[in-house]
Amino acid sequence: MAQLWSDYVWPLTVMVAQSVLLLVVLLLAVAYVLYADRKVWAAVQLRRGPNVVGPWGLLQSFADLLKFVVKEPTIPDSANKGVFLLAPLVTCVLALAAWAVIPVNAGWVIADLNVGILYVFAISSLMVYGIIMGGWASNSKYPFLSALRSAAQMVSYEVSIGFVMITVLLCVGSLNLTDIVDAQDSQWGLFGWFWLPLFPMFAIFFISALAETNRPPFDLVEAESELVAGFMVEYGSTPYMMFMLGEYVAIVTMCAMCTILFMGGWLPPIPVAPFTWVPGVVWFALKALAVFFMFAMVKAFVPRYRYDQLMRLGWKVFLPLSLAMVAIVAAVLQLTGLAPR
Amino acid sequence: MTLAALFFYGFASVCVASAFMVIAARNPVHSVLFLILAFVNAAGLFILAGAEFLAMILVVVYVGAVAVLFLFVVMMLDVDFAELRRGSLTYLPVGALVGVVLLVELVLALGSWVVTGGVTRNLAAPTPPLATLTNTEALGLVLYTRYVYFFQIAGIVLLVAMIGAIVLTLRHKPKVKRQIVADQVRRTKASAIEVRQVRPGQGL
Amino acid sequence: MDQAFDLPGLYPVLPEIALVGGAMALLMLAAFGGARAAGASNWLAIVVLGLAAVLVVATGTGKYEAFAGSFVLDDFARFMKIVTLVGSAAAILLAQESVGDQARGQYEYSVLILLSTAGMMVMISAADLIALYLGLELMSLALYVIAASERDSLRSSEAGLKYFVLGALSSGMLLYGSSLVYGFSGTVGFAGIARALAGGDSGIGLTIGLVFIFAGLCFKVSAVPFHMWTPDVYEGAPTYVTAFFAAAPKVAAMAVFMRTATNAFAPIVVQWQQIIVFVAIASMALGAFAAIGQTNIKRLMAYSSIGHMGFALVGLSAATPEGLQGVAIYMAIYMAMTLGAFACILAMRRADGAVEQIADLAGLARRSPTVAFFLAMLLFSLAGIPPLAGFFAKFYVFLAAIKAGLYALAVIGVITSVIGAYYYLLIIKVMYFDEPAPAFEPMRGELRMVLGVSGLFVLLFFIYPRPVVEAAALAAKSLF
Repeated sequence: MAQLWSDYVWPLTVMVAQSVLLLVVLLLAVAYVLYADRKVWAAVQLRRGPNVVGPWGLLQSFADLLKFVVKEPTIPDSANKGVFLLAPLVTCVLALAAWAVIPVNAGWVIADLNVGILYVFAISSLMVYGIIMGGWASNSKYPFLSALRSAAQMVSYEVSIGFVMITVLLCVGSLNLTDIVDAQDSQWGLFGWFWLPLFPMFAIFFISALAETNRPPFDLVEAESELVAGFMVEYGSTPYMMFMLGEYVAIVTMCAMCTILFMGGWLPPIPVAPFTWVPGVVWFALKALAVFFMFAMVKAFVPRYRYDQLMRLGWKVFLPLSLAMVAIVAAVLQLTGLAPR
Repeated sequence: MTLAALFFYGFASVCVASAFMVIAARNPVHSVLFLILAFVNAAGLFILAGAEFLAMILVVVYVGAVAVLFLFVVMMLDVDFAELRRGSLTYLPVGALVGVVLLVELVLALGSWVVTGGVTRNLAAPTPPLATLTNTEALGLVLYTRYVYFFQIAGIVLLVAMIGAIVLTLRHKPKVKRQIVADQVRRTKASAIEVRQVRPGQGL
Repeated sequence: MDQAFDLPGLYPVLPEIALVGGAMALLMLAAFGGARAAGASNWLAIVVLGLAAVLVVATGTGKYEAFAGSFVLDDFARFMKIVTLVGSAAAILLAQESVGDQARGQYEYSVLILLSTAGMMVMISAADLIALYLGLELMSLALYVIAASERDSLRSSEAGLKYFVLGALSSGMLLYGSSLVYGFSGTVGFAGIARALAGGDSGIGLTIGLVFIFAGLCFKVSAVPFHMWTPDVYEGAPTYVTAFFAAAPKVAAMAVFMRTATNAFAPIVVQWQQIIVFVAIASMALGAFAAIGQTNIKRLMAYSSIGHMGFALVGLSAATPEGLQGVAIYMAIYMAMTLGAFACILAMRRADGAVEQIADLAGLARRSPTVAFFLAMLLFSLAGIPPLAGFFAKFYVFLAAIKAGLYALAVIGVITSVIGAYYYLLIIKVMYFDEPAPAFEPMRGELRMVLGVSGLFVLLFFIYPRPVVEAAALAAKSLF
C-alpha cells in the first residue's frame, strides 16, 4: 500500500498540481496577452483600445469571457454536430497540451521529455485539425474555403519550421528543450544565444510562426474582407471562445519556443551579479513578452499577403533557404569541430 | 508495471476500435478522423515500448502531414462511399477468400514461430539499452552507418516520386499571367516612371 | 561505433553513383538550362549510361561487397548490369525523336530512365531483402510514371494507373513474404537466410515467405499467374516506353530472381523448383496460345514476352550453373531481339500518326525490303529457328533442363515453342505475301541503328558466340 502511494499516487498528485498551476498562470497570461494585443494595435492606430472595464480596461478580457460563457451556443441545423463541437475542443486542448514540455526555468517543467522539441512540433502540426474540422463540420461555404486555405498554409510553413528546429538541434545535439537552453549558456550572455549565429533561421522561424498561428499578415484563414470570419463563421458563445483561447495559447507557445530556441530561455542577458539574482522565470516571461510585442506590432503594421504570395514565400523562399542553412550549419559545425560531442 | 499494462490495453483497444471504425464509418471524413485517432494511439503504443522518437515522428509525419492531405482530398471529393460500396458486395466472396487464406497462412506461420537461437544470433543491429543511449541517437547511429545505403536509395525513391508528380501534373498553360516577383522588385523609378512637361492648353 | 563507413568501400558502387549523380545533373540542366539543353539531355543520358558501363567493366573480375554485404558486385552482377545498361541506352535511343515529337519538352523521360536503371542496378546487386525491395521500388516507381507520361492519352493514363495499382499489390506481397522470412530467420541478408535454412529452422513460415517473395518477383518478370497487367500496359503505354518495359526491367527482375533463388533459398531448392517449373510451363503455354488471336502488334509482343520469360525460367528451374548460364544468355539475346522488333514497331508511322495493327505491316517486303528482312530475321529468332540467336537461347536452357532431369519440362518447352512459331510466321507471311498497305514514313536514323545492330547480332551470333557464352558461364558460376 505504501509502495502504491509512493509509486503512483504521490507523483500523480504532484503532476496534477503542477498542471493546474501552469494552466491557471497560462490562462491569466493569455487574458492579458489578448489585452496587450489590442492595446498595441490601438496605440499604433492612435486609438485608446479597451479602457472601460476595470482600471485602464485591465478586466476587459474577463468581461469578454463572461459574455461568451453566458451566451446561448448555437449549432447550425445542417452541421455535423459531433465534429462541430469537437473542433474547438481539439484546438484548445492541443494548444494547452504543448505546455507540458515547455520549461519556464531550470527544472520547471512538467514532463522533461527527451524528444521535447519534437513533441511541440507534433502538437503544432496537429493544430490544423481544429480548423479543418470546424470548417468542414459547419457545412457552409466560407468556413470550408477557410479550412482548405489553412490546411495548405499550415502544412507548408511547418516544413520550414521543421528545418529551423533541425538547425538548432545541430548546434545543441539534443532534442530536450532544457538542453537547448543550457547549450546557449555562456559567458557572453545574450551574444551567446542562438539568435546571433543563426539569425536567418531566427527570422524564418518568427515569420513561419506567424503563418503557423494564422496571425496577420498571414491571417488568410479569417480574412474578413473575403471570408467573413473564416472557419469560425458559424461559431458563437463558448465554442467560439475556445477557438480564440486555443489560438492565443498557440501564439504564446510560439513566443515561448522562440525564446527557448533562439533567446536563451530563462538565462539572464548579461551573466553578472544584479541580473543573475532575478529568477529565471521572470527572464523567460520578459523575453516571451518581447517576442509577443513583435507579433503584435507586425499585426498592426503589415498588410495581409495574397494567397499565392503566401505559398510562394513558404515553398520557394523559406524552404530552399532553410534547407540550405541546414546544410551550411551542418558543414560549418563539422569542419570547425564545433559540433556537440 | 500495472500502470504500463493499463495504458497498453487502453491505447491498444482504442487503436483497434478506431481502425475498425475507419472501414465501418459511413462518412468518409469520419473514416479519416478515426484513422488519425488510430495513428495517435499507435504513437502511444510506441511510447510505451520506449520508442519515443518513432512515436513523435509518427505523429508529425502521418498525422500532421499525410492525414491532413487525406482529409483535404476526402473533404473535397464529396463521394458517397455507401453508394460506392454497394456494388462491391458482389466481390465480397473473392475478397473474403483471399483474406481467409492470408489469415490462415499468418496463423500457420506465427503458430510455429519461436525465437530460436538462429533468429537472435542473426540480428544485425540489436537495440542498445535505453540507459546508455537515447533512441534518437541509437537510430541515427545505425541509420547513417550500417544502413546508409538504404537511406540513400530511399531518398532517391522519394526524388523519383517528386519528379513523377511534377511530370504528371504540372501544366504550363500559355494564357495564364504569372507573377514574377524578381521582375517586380527589379523595377526602378527610372524604368517605371517617365516625367513629361505638360504645357497648359496643349496636352501631351 | 566501429561500423563507421569508409570511402574506399564505395568503389564497387561507383556505377550506381554515376547514374544517380548523372540523373540529378541532367535534372538541373533541364530545369535551368532552357529548351536547348533539354534537347541534348537524351544524348547526355546515353553518355551517363555508357560511363556507368565503363565503370562496371573497370571493376575487373572477382567479388566485391559494400555496405556490410547489402551490395555485392560479382561476375553475375557485371554481366547483368552491362545487359541492362545496353537495354536502357537503346531504349533512350528508340525514344529519341518520339520524345522530341511531343513538343512538350519531356526531358524528364531520360532522367526517369536513368533513375529506373539505377534501381535495376541496385536490384541486380542486392544481397539482402531491403536492398532488393528498395531497388525494385525505385525501378518500378519510375516505370509507373513513364507509362502514364502521355498525359493527354486516355490509354496511357490507364496503363500507368493499372500498372501502378497492380505493382503496389505485388510490392505488398513481396513485403509480406520478406517480413515472414525476416521473422523466421532473424536476418534480411541472403547469406544469413541461407544459413538459417541450412540450419534446419525453416518451418512453414519461411516457405510461405518464399512463395510470396516469388509471387512479387513473378509480377515483375510478368510470369504467368501474375501476367495480367502486361498486355494492357504494353498496349496503352507510348510505344517507346513499351520498348523500354520489354527490355531492361525484365533483365533486372530476372537477375534478382536468379540471385534470390540461388543465394538465399539454395537449401530449399526442392520447394522452389516446383514453383518455378509450374510458372515456366504456364507462361510458355499462355505465351504460345494467347498470342495467336492478337491483331495489335504491341499486345502480341506482350504475350511473346510472357512466353519468353517462361523459357528463361526453364533454365532457372534447373537450378544448376548450366541452367543459370542459359538464363543469362537467354536474357541477353531476348533483349537484343525485343529492342530490334520494337525499333520496327516504332517505325510503323504514317503521316497521320503511329499505327500498331499487324495488318498495317502488309506488303512491307515490297515497300522497304531491308526493314522487312531484318524484322523477319528477328521474328524467326524470336520463334527460335536455327541458326539464329533465339535458337541458341532456347537450346541452352532446354539442354540445362534435360541435364537436370526435367525431361517433361523440356518437352513442353519445345512443343510450346513450335506453337509459338505460328504467330511469328504469320507476321512474316503478312509482310511478304499480302497486298501492300499504305507506305510508312521513312525510318529515322536512331531506329535504323538499333535495328541494324540487333539484327546483325541475331544473325551472326552463331558464328562467334564465345564472348557471350563464356561471360554468362562466369556469371552463373559466381552465383554458386
